[in-house]
Amino acid sequence: MLQIIKRFVHKIFRDIFRTRKVLKVGFYGPPNGGKTTLANRICKDWLGEEMGSVSNVAHETREITIKENVSIRSQGKELIFNFVDTPGIATKIDYEDFLKHGFTVRDAKERAKEATKGVIDSITWLDTMDVVLVVLDATINPYSQVNITIIGNLQAREIPVLIVANKIDLKRADVNKIKAAFPQYDVVGISAKHGNNVDEFYEALFVLAG
Amino acid sequence: MSSMKHCLYWQGEFMLTLQFIPFTEIESLSSDERIEKLLSIVRENKIALVEGTLHKEESAALIKKTMENINQEFRGIEFAVIYPEQNDDAMFKRLRLKLINVLLGNRRGLTIIGPASVVKEIKQDPHKIDLYTTSHEQKSRKVLKQKHNSSSKR
Ligand SMILES: Nc1nc2c(ncn2[C@@H]2O[C@H](COP(=O)(O)OP(=O)(O)OP(=O)(O)O)[C@@H](O)[C@H]2O)c(=O)[nH]1
Ligand SMILES: [Mg+2]
Repeated sequence: MLQIIKRFVHKIFRDIFRTRKVLKVGFYGPPNGGKTTLANRICKDWLGEEMGSVSNVAHETREITIKENVSIRSQGKELIFNFVDTPGIATKIDYEDFLKHGFTVRDAKERAKEATKGVIDSITWLDTMDVVLVVLDATINPYSQVNITIIGNLQAREIPVLIVANKIDLKRADVNKIKAAFPQYDVVGISAKHGNNVDEFYEALFVLAG
Repeated sequence: MSSMKHCLYWQGEFMLTLQFIPFTEIESLSSDERIEKLLSIVRENKIALVEGTLHKEESAALIKKTMENINQEFRGIEFAVIYPEQNDDAMFKRLRLKLINVLLGNRRGLTIIGPASVVKEIKQDPHKIDLYTTSHEQKSRKVLKQKHNSSSKR
């Protein structure tokens, strides 16, 4: 009898644990791909609040930002996520690029310094993700060493990846080019800014997470 | 073994220094030492042409280390790794490639790392890379094309 109760309690605990399992989803990619724009859209849809600021100036996100316990329903299923927006990963940072956008020399240097730290944090955190969305600007050649490095490291750590080909609202966007560059991966084309194809994105996210 | 150095004059405008690093020179180094060595070359404003490829983890570590080193003089790097015949889908070729890789490890392929101040952009696909440089004096763009021929005949 005691054995049965024990087993029953154990089962309940396990079920609670399982339904409470929260998936940590990282937004990764080079600067300006639209990571924060996408994170904002998701958080607005399901939490009613945004995640961070968006800018056409690269390295807008310079610190890891987390939104916890975002519960999403898609196709009759509900999953809970912790979303982690990360600073865009780059191999170079030139403070003079910030000057061109009207920052003072002091602010530009400060930003550049913060941006270098941000890149380091992004790479360091990569290991801790359950699932990663690699957000790429579909108007840009995807075959870059930064993209290859991010995706290669995720593959080596067996972290599931969904490639988000963003900005499909733009004429020059070429989702097929991204598919051709990373043929082993699922690629979903969306516009994070305008909301095109976001349903398909949620479906792909659930396939990846479920 | 000491490495070879090559200086290229590009239409007499400016000088580009390439330093070739044979695999034997980095083979026995730890990942940290390897990255340190390559970065020290790049920080001297030279383009490192490395025989072999970096591990995936080393590429990530290279980016991290680059970020730690960025200051007003050193603005970062451009780099590209060429994996020969990587996209060949013929079955027996892939098998052969696997065997070669087991035997030679990451000795095959080529890694190019240049300072961002000299190398403006590297455009690559699996078979070819285009390296764009900028003249310090004239800020004009020139292209130096590198074709990898072992895999272009498909
Ligand atoms: N046309 C178009 N623009 C977009 C889209 N998504 C993002 N953008 C724009 O792209 C720029 C960069 O967007 P962010 O969301 O800040 O990009 P990020 O990847 O977070 O960039 P970092 O934080 O610098 O790494 C902004 O100007 C956005 O408005 C899109 O779907 N279509
Ligand atoms: Mg951002």
